Amino acid sequence: MAKKIVILGGGTGGTLMANRLRKLYDPGEMEIAVVDKDDRHIYQPGLLFVPFGLAKPEEIVRSRQRQLHQGIAFHETEIDHVALDDDRVHLADGTVLPYDVLVVATGTRLAPEETEGLTGPGWMERVFTFYTPEGAEALGEALSRFDNGRLVVNIVDMPIKCPVAPIEFAFLADWYLRERGVRDRTEIVLATPLDGCFTKPIASKHLTYLLEEKEIGLEVEFAAGEVDGSGGRLVSYDGREIPFDLLVTVPVHAGAEYVDRSPGLGDELGFVPTNPRTLQSLARPNVFALGDATNVPTSKAGSVTHFEGEMLTKNIRHFLAGEPLDESYDGHANCFIETGFGKALLIDFNYETEPLPGRFPSSLGPMPLLKESRLNHMGKLMFQWMYWHVLLPGRDIPGISPQMQMTGKKQPTSTTV
Amino acid sequence: MTTMETLAGTTVEVDAEGFLTDPQQWNEDVAAAIATEAGIAELTPRHWLVVNYMRETYLRTGEAPSIRTLGKASGVQIKELYVLFPKGPAKLAAKIGGIPKPHGCI
Repeated sequence: MAKKIVILGGGTGGTLMANRLRKLYDPGEMEIAVVDKDDRHIYQPGLLFVPFGLAKPEEIVRSRQRQLHQGIAFHETEIDHVALDDDRVHLADGTVLPYDVLVVATGTRLAPEETEGLTGPGWMERVFTFYTPEGAEALGEALSRFDNGRLVVNIVDMPIKCPVAPIEFAFLADWYLRERGVRDRTEIVLATPLDGCFTKPIASKHLTYLLEEKEIGLEVEFAAGEVDGSGGRLVSYDGREIPFDLLVTVPVHAGAEYVDRSPGLGDELGFVPTNPRTLQSLARPNVFALGDATNVPTSKAGSVTHFEGEMLTKNIRHFLAGEPLDESYDGHANCFIETGFGKALLIDFNYETEPLPGRFPSSLGPMPLLKESRLNHMGKLMFQWMYWHVLLPGRDIPGISPQMQMTGKKQPTSTTV
Repeated sequence: MTTMETLAGTTVEVDAEGFLTDPQQWNEDVAAAIATEAGIAELTPRHWLVVNYMRETYLRTGEAPSIRTLGKASGVQIKELYVLFPKGPAKLAAKIGGIPKPHGCI
């Protein structure tokens, strides 16, 4: 009898896992089903460009089902809960899916309602998020009318998807307002709960230097507790206030809602506790997780999900064959950071090694690490094509391995971390 | 860089920022001494609720809970956490609870 793999989530992780597993097993030996609540697959890196008129929402959204290869069942419905003890998923439409292996790839959910006042007066009028297509589009309209005052970009709390996106937004806003000739009448401030603009010290230093160069203000250790949309005030839990005319918020992120309804699956925030080396969940041996849905200590980013997918496909095969799991996933992440004026930085890092300067993918380059270049910007744009045509179909990217490589990277001379 | 320090008659090893490197060297008097140094005159039952939750979670899982997890699961809401432990509640409660500095985020 055929075995069953159920994949929760038809985004980056769910789609590439379904396609990779479909190639690995014959339809006669393995049934594969994917569940998602809707049929809109968003190319999320594209959201950053929408507010600046550099991308349209319809250009970055495609059908989820159409990204899945033949022989993969797609259920378009909410997930009610996972019954770990019976190896079954209960869907909102009444369907029950039994599984031999479950893959959790439901990413994260924005929870703006967790911050006092955030979705109150001013929401979608002078308070926006670009983390949804609707928010990004509405922000674009507000931004096109914004010609004087203070623009505040705020990360409410970590973890968030793509920790560099808020910094990129600030860089692009600087470029956009300069192009429109109103930069001298506007102010840009980035307010973050972290003690620097990024989570890793060497990259944080490089990015702080760029922020200064672009005259973008930085407020660190700012734990936003309340948004007063009508008064235009962002207030921290310890009583600090930042006035704004336009607020771009990155709301609190949580795991998918069904995780909270599935006893034993997630932690307090709805993320799935997962072994960072094998991607096996701590909940059950036959439950695996990848991408933003896990609690593994690396960035929530598509590149991470892609590298995890290569590893996890092997581990599901090992698991079903009764073999020991591969423990070699290292937290590898690789991100382009758009800096405006047609340039971008590139960072490459893992659990242990923070982003370092150098060249990528090897000492011959061609792409410089932690340094602005036009080539990196081209890389970022080209990646959208790679996403739909290489990454989602489950192909490996030639010359780039799932594990991070030290070749080309400059080691810091002293370790003052 | 770690140094040895004597707190409330107990010798403990601390890092550059004053976090204990070995949770086993901790006791309630050490906690009170760290709290006093940080400007908290008295550890009330509300403080202890948070400090104990922090310490127990760390000893069980190897990770210190974040401020949001504290707000959801310790029994004390985030607003009150900032009243009890001014500035950085997660960091300060970890320090008083004798566990290493939380990794922060990614």
